[in-house]
Amino acid sequence: MTLQTNYIGKPTSRVDGPAKVTGTAKYAAEYNVPNLLYGYVVSSTITKGKIIKIDTAPVLALPGVHQVFSHENVPSLALFDRSYKDMLAPGGSPFRPLHSAEIKYSQQPVALVVADTFELARYAASILRIEYEEVAFETELRKHLDDAYEPGRGKIGFQPPKSRGNFGKGWKEGVAHVEAQFSHHAQHHNPMENFATTVEWLGDKNLNIYDKTQGAFNSQQVVTGIFGLSKEQARVISKYTGGGFGSGLRPQYQLFLAVLASLELERSVRVSLTREQMFSFGHRPETLQHVALATAADGSLTSINHVAVAETSQFEDFTENVVGWSGMLYDCKNVQLGYRLAKLDVYTPLDMRAPGAALGSVALEIAMDEMAYAAGLDPLELRLRNYSDRDQAQDLPFSSKALRKCYHEGAAKFGWEQRTAEPGSMRDGNLLVGWGMAGGVWDATKLPATVKASLDADGHLTVSSGTNEIGTGTYTIMTQIAAESMGLPLEAVTFVLGDTTLPVSPLQGGSWTAASVGNSVVEACTKLGEALLKQAQKMDNPAFSGVKIEEVEFANGQMRLRADATQAIVLRDVVQASGEPSIEAENSTIMAKLEMLKPPKYSMHAHNAVFVEVKVDPDLMTVHVTRVVNAVAAGRILNPKTARSQVLGSVVWGLGMALMEESVMDHRFGRYMNKSLAEYHVPVNADIHDIDVIFVSEEDDKVNPLGIKGLGEVGMLGVAAAVANAIYHATGKRVRDMPITIDKLL
Amino acid sequence: MPQVTQAPPPATLAPTQAVSLHINGQAHTLQLAPWTTLLDALREYLDLTGTKKGCDHGQCGACTVLVDGKRINSCLSLAVMQEGTDIQTIEGMGTEGSLSPLQQAFIDHDAFQCGYCTPGQICSAQGLINEGKAKTEAEVRELMSGNVCRCGAYSNILSAVMEVVGKELKIEN
Repeated sequence: MTLQTNYIGKPTSRVDGPAKVTGTAKYAAEYNVPNLLYGYVVSSTITKGKIIKIDTAPVLALPGVHQVFSHENVPSLALFDRSYKDMLAPGGSPFRPLHSAEIKYSQQPVALVVADTFELARYAASILRIEYEEVAFETELRKHLDDAYEPGRGKIGFQPPKSRGNFGKGWKEGVAHVEAQFSHHAQHHNPMENFATTVEWLGDKNLNIYDKTQGAFNSQQVVTGIFGLSKEQARVISKYTGGGFGSGLRPQYQLFLAVLASLELERSVRVSLTREQMFSFGHRPETLQHVALATAADGSLTSINHVAVAETSQFEDFTENVVGWSGMLYDCKNVQLGYRLAKLDVYTPLDMRAPGAALGSVALEIAMDEMAYAAGLDPLELRLRNYSDRDQAQDLPFSSKALRKCYHEGAAKFGWEQRTAEPGSMRDGNLLVGWGMAGGVWDATKLPATVKASLDADGHLTVSSGTNEIGTGTYTIMTQIAAESMGLPLEAVTFVLGDTTLPVSPLQGGSWTAASVGNSVVEACTKLGEALLKQAQKMDNPAFSGVKIEEVEFANGQMRLRADATQAIVLRDVVQASGEPSIEAENSTIMAKLEMLKPPKYSMHAHNAVFVEVKVDPDLMTVHVTRVVNAVAAGRILNPKTARSQVLGSVVWGLGMALMEESVMDHRFGRYMNKSLAEYHVPVNADIHDIDVIFVSEEDDKVNPLGIKGLGEVGMLGVAAAVANAIYHATGKRVRDMPITIDKLL
Repeated sequence: MPQVTQAPPPATLAPTQAVSLHINGQAHTLQLAPWTTLLDALREYLDLTGTKKGCDHGQCGACTVLVDGKRINSCLSLAVMQEGTDIQTIEGMGTEGSLSPLQQAFIDHDAFQCGYCTPGQICSAQGLINEGKAKTEAEVRELMSGNVCRCGAYSNILSAVMEVVGKELKIEN
């Protein structure tokens, strides 16, 4: 019999949909608490040097202006770096806003003007006169390749890439060779919601902090560390986040400024960044890559060399896994990898959707396309001949890997066998048609997360965890998992998140939330089931006497015997009989934490294969991506509706990376020139045509109990490379400098 | 090399003034600085935070509202310029218990992820339906291109709008 409460795997509309389409979903800058003051950030106009003088008198003379905060009047705060470090802080010393007169990068926040209204604060900030002394700065990565160094393991999760075999020997053994250089400019996340914090002053240094973040606990950690507040005093709330893409993985400086102003003025304060200021913190780093491949006569790879050099700030070592993927995606004995950083006078880069992999996969997968031509093989055939059934980088078997299915099902859906190899050989009227493909791999991670499940006397289940909703569907999938676990209709379940008073949950990122929180929801519900059974056994119901938890199931609002479904008890009645308002249970993370200390038994990854059609005007060289098929293997899909949307969005990101997105630095001034959504181009509706998402079946009983791998990043991989490869196929022009703008094709 | 930035301040600040606005069928009188945008008036003075600020420069469309049935970027209009007009925001389109056809279609087609651009997308779509301009997929794509969605929900936004446009066209015929 099919249960009515069988929700996992069913396309389900977002439970937060009604709030979002009616405008009632509240984001950080939308908590209009009483007696609110507004802070407006003043950004440095120089790139490096120091502040000589801040002329606050004319600003403070304006009626309604409360204070101008700068390094001159910030009270004494925490002394040591560790207090300023957030959960994702890389090695080095975190930037401290308003700490000293020193300017370390363009647009560094130098002052906060606080006033009665937003209009007044903005005006007052515009008339704040600041004198600087400027010194020479360095923002050009290409000038500093010789200074580049191998970073340590400063950032959690980062491991330096491991080489194996003998690259030189493999290179000599090869009969076909490809060697190429790739470059990427900086990119900025640009979520639609600008960073903002509303601090509600509750008296006696008790604060409700509404923050835009991908981790409420992370925001709380830095606020308590820097300002010496207790966790009770610094409650961070983040119910909705208007896009993250990694930008909210580290707390941004408006949080510090808003809390500072609130504590100093003993008032509620809101600080919102402008779109221009959204270019003043972390970004995907400018990165240069070198890839060399050699294959034997049968097309099998005899050697892979992949080296990347990326920018970082003068004060932190931002690291990401750019080249490691090249040691595991294909079968190859001889792999030489390198990753180095060069310090520049910029802000520290930051994880941005598919960090590292988005860059590395572009270089590797364009190089593989070049190899297909060099070796005289179809690009798909080349990949199949080098298919890896074991993770050679970690020397571990895969928990599951359905990439072959992605290749085959994606190719079939796309019609890949109709492709003629010769560049420029396919036409649609006057237009050049190009077909390209590529693939990718991303980690399937599960981190310890705590979840509480509480059933009330009306039979309503509230499940809570301090995770975040950044648009990935967390509210919805957790509701589905909980409803299925407890055999309740979706309407009888509420999932609560985004609050540091809730059970501790990891940062929302890395594609690990579904697996980390989702499996913990099951654990908490299992514990709740045990508590309900225990209570039921106190009631006058002999059928449940001596019964173990494995012998009962939850369905249709009841607990019943697996052996005899007629022996059932209504869950609501169990809670009512307890005499308590609710029965609660919380999962334990001890096992999950112990598990993390053990060496892994399996390599756990999601994969994808992307097929792209472009049409290029031969005279104007305008590129239109007319068709995309993205076949994804990511374990069990919890909600095909929201999952498909995540992959659609990933494709849009890939198209942006391939064709549009770059933060252009003017090295004469050391600042980005295109700090707006008019000049930092992202895809719009007219750029998007036919996108087909395939989830290939992939059962995995090893990756985690629910068998899920996460979807936030994997869908983006391969997309930009496939576009570049399709453009080559259409035009015969191999562009290795992203994005592929018209000027590079003319 | 010392460097001085920014101009000296003007001597006085213009006083606030009373501004009357007609929003979602209700009249409001606010005391505003004359350079207050319609967007900030809605969000900061009327708690109508469904209208979003994404760029404040007319580049992203998140702040789209309808003025006399036509879509505008509320960040590019001063509140004082809208005295005597009929303003409709997302809060006036429908409620959770009584969604407009577009709001329902956006949920059905999963036409959003983070939700931040969504009110602007819905107002924009309602505006182009009001204007009678959108008939084909290509037209809708083009006319919805002033509304940036960083989550990349464009395909689903198109499906949602086309469903409602299709129903409207049927009624017309």
